[in-house]
Amino acid sequence: MDTVSDIAALRRMLAGLEAERLPGAVSGFTLDMEGEAAPGVTLAHGALHEVQAVRAADLPAATGFALALALRAAAGERARPILWIRQDLADAELGRLDAPGLASLGLDPARLILVRAPDAGAVLRAAGDAVRCPGLGGLVIEPWGEPKALDLTATRRLSLRAASSGVTCFLLHAVARASPGAVATRWQVAPAASAPSALEQAAGAPGHPAFAVTLLRHRGGEGARPVEGGTWNLEWDHETCSFRDIATLPRAVVPVPAGRPAGTAAAGEGGGEVAALRRAG
Amino acid sequence: MPDLAVIDHDPTADAAFLEKIADDCDRWTPLVALDGADGLVLDITGCAHLFGGEPDMRARLLAHLKAHDVGAIAVVAGTPDAARALARAGAGGIVPPGGEAAAVAGLPVARLDVDAEIVTGLSRAGLRTIGDLAARPPTPLAARFGMELLTRLARTLGREDVRIVPRRPLPAAIAERRFPEPIARAEDIEATLGLLADDLALMLEARGAGGRAFEASFFRADGAVRRLTVETARPSRDSRALRRLYRERLDALADPVDPGFGFDLVRLAVLRAEPLTPAQVSLDGRAVEEEEVAALIDRLAVRLGRARVLRFLERDTHDPERASVLVPAADPRVPRLASPHPPARAPALARPLTLFEPPQPVEALAEVPDGPPLRFRWRRVVHEVARAEGPERIAPEWWRDARPDGTPTRDYYRVENREGRRFWLFRAGLYERAGEGWHAGGWRERAGQASVGQASVATGWTEAPRWFLHGLFP
Repeated sequence: MDTVSDIAALRRMLAGLEAERLPGAVSGFTLDMEGEAAPGVTLAHGALHEVQAVRAADLPAATGFALALALRAAAGERARPILWIRQDLADAELGRLDAPGLASLGLDPARLILVRAPDAGAVLRAAGDAVRCPGLGGLVIEPWGEPKALDLTATRRLSLRAASSGVTCFLLHAVARASPGAVATRWQVAPAASAPSALEQAAGAPGHPAFAVTLLRHRGGEGARPVEGGTWNLEWDHETCSFRDIATLPRAVVPVPAGRPAGTAAAGEGGGEVAALRRAG
Repeated sequence: MPDLAVIDHDPTADAAFLEKIADDCDRWTPLVALDGADGLVLDITGCAHLFGGEPDMRARLLAHLKAHDVGAIAVVAGTPDAARALARAGAGGIVPPGGEAAAVAGLPVARLDVDAEIVTGLSRAGLRTIGDLAARPPTPLAARFGMELLTRLARTLGREDVRIVPRRPLPAAIAERRFPEPIARAEDIEATLGLLADDLALMLEARGAGGRAFEASFFRADGAVRRLTVETARPSRDSRALRRLYRERLDALADPVDPGFGFDLVRLAVLRAEPLTPAQVSLDGRAVEEEEVAALIDRLAVRLGRARVLRFLERDTHDPERASVLVPAADPRVPRLASPHPPARAPALARPLTLFEPPQPVEALAEVPDGPPLRFRWRRVVHEVARAEGPERIAPEWWRDARPDGTPTRDYYRVENREGRRFWLFRAGLYERAGEGWHAGGWRERAGQASVGQASVATGWTEAPRWFLHGLFP
């Protein structure tokens, strides 16, 4: 009997216990991923889910993923509005939300109520009010940076209120950190190279929005199946309102510049290399 | 006279002071109008009995003004013009009904408030008082001095009545509480607002209406007035909700309501009312949910400000900057949340989730001048473009752009960099070339030179195109 397997067994047991006591566990939604690599992970309705961007530059992808999750959560109830609480700094850094862009992702812009909050405290206060309103189809909370106010107590309060009202909440974060937080699931999101259709491939055009997501934490687990730590490359299809698994990155289409080893071509470090544009001539 | 203080005339301060007094005079009647630089006209029709009749009301008004050092002459008369003429002549008092003609008969014609030439003309004709004019047949007067004089005369003599134009719109309903002993504690103020909300709810229910905008006015004993407005997303007459909204509003105030020596009058008015039928609770509880969402919107709008709780208003235009605009959720133009929308129709071409306003300039390098960029630098980070879609050429709306040069046409590209980040870039302006042949290397060369500032004029090429980042895709 080694310690590792003991601990694994204990964790499984705990996960099972938690799942029973988790209020929202009775109803959930899946990502509707196809393919053997990722059988559907079930997310609880009426719980707090956290979406983190790997780096600050990945925040647009994390935003898109959180919105896609919110759409999945509200898939059955089309008429209920979605409330989005955004801190002003996010508007300055990422630009303002745009209705045609929301429609491109599958959300009817008329269903969105946008709340702009001046600081993190106001974001949390507004979220605390909104989460108690059962008429909402979803709640996206987007504070900027790493606010002090957003601690274990705050997230716990949010998730308890979400459980009693049934509003599914998504907490959108710019910073990847393993902070304590009473969240049902925690996702880490980075953009992935899109998988274009044959037509788009021929034209060299990008395809649907694609995300590289990692499930860092899943409270309650999936029974015997370990899903924590799972990584998927997902593509969002706005027409069916579902995710699709894209198994491999179509890296081959990226031409490798001559005179450089293939490994450095992707330049994966830190959102591109910081360098001056070289002027030819 | 060494003690004589000389102060410059400050008309702005005078006007502001008059506005303050006018605000304070709202306590007597909601219909208050400014009259010149130093007068106020109050329409007290139907109000006088609340203060014990016209003589009592006049006395109390004067006493109230005198209490905070404002001297005034007050006249109560049947028409605003008669009262104004008498007050300007320095005579106070009350004109009995129908007695206007006799009261103003002795006043000089200048009190009719007509042009100076007419006054001169009248005095040359030997007509010095209003009484003289009234005794004359009107037709020759009209022929000589115009209809204006006759109208003024009729109004001043009380033969013709005219409504005043109040400086504030007349509220749809008013509830108020007066206090012989001014109140100052926050609890008292809140409790008073609660009572007033109950009163208003009854009034609105009797009319089958609901309020969209409410205004609480706090009249301080020393004449200062503070007003707090609350708007709701839908017509409401729920006194509990209104009370909660006002509690939020009072909490959110940057400068709290200063009671000073206390408020002796608190008034709650419905500024805008709309028909409201009792909500029918549908079987699935939908109506209740809608009410709850509307109440949430109101609460957030009161706490954070109206301009921070927003919804999208879509416009029928191809210009991406104008395609959608965020308006306050209480704006009547946005569709109701509950209305059955047509299913969301995704635009034919993908649009970014976020837009920069204004677009952010980037340094981009393209292989060919009218092709997609090869790489670009945004916020000091160089992005290598792996895939690109475009151009999507979007011309400005020339019919609404008033600038003579106009905004240039934009060529939009949807690009993906090697990490999979997707951007929406555009090149401003058409890349023109003057007749001569063109090749890629040559452009690069010239682009390099253009930055030094030599090439563009010599060869007739336009300068290197400017690129902008307009939005981010998820």
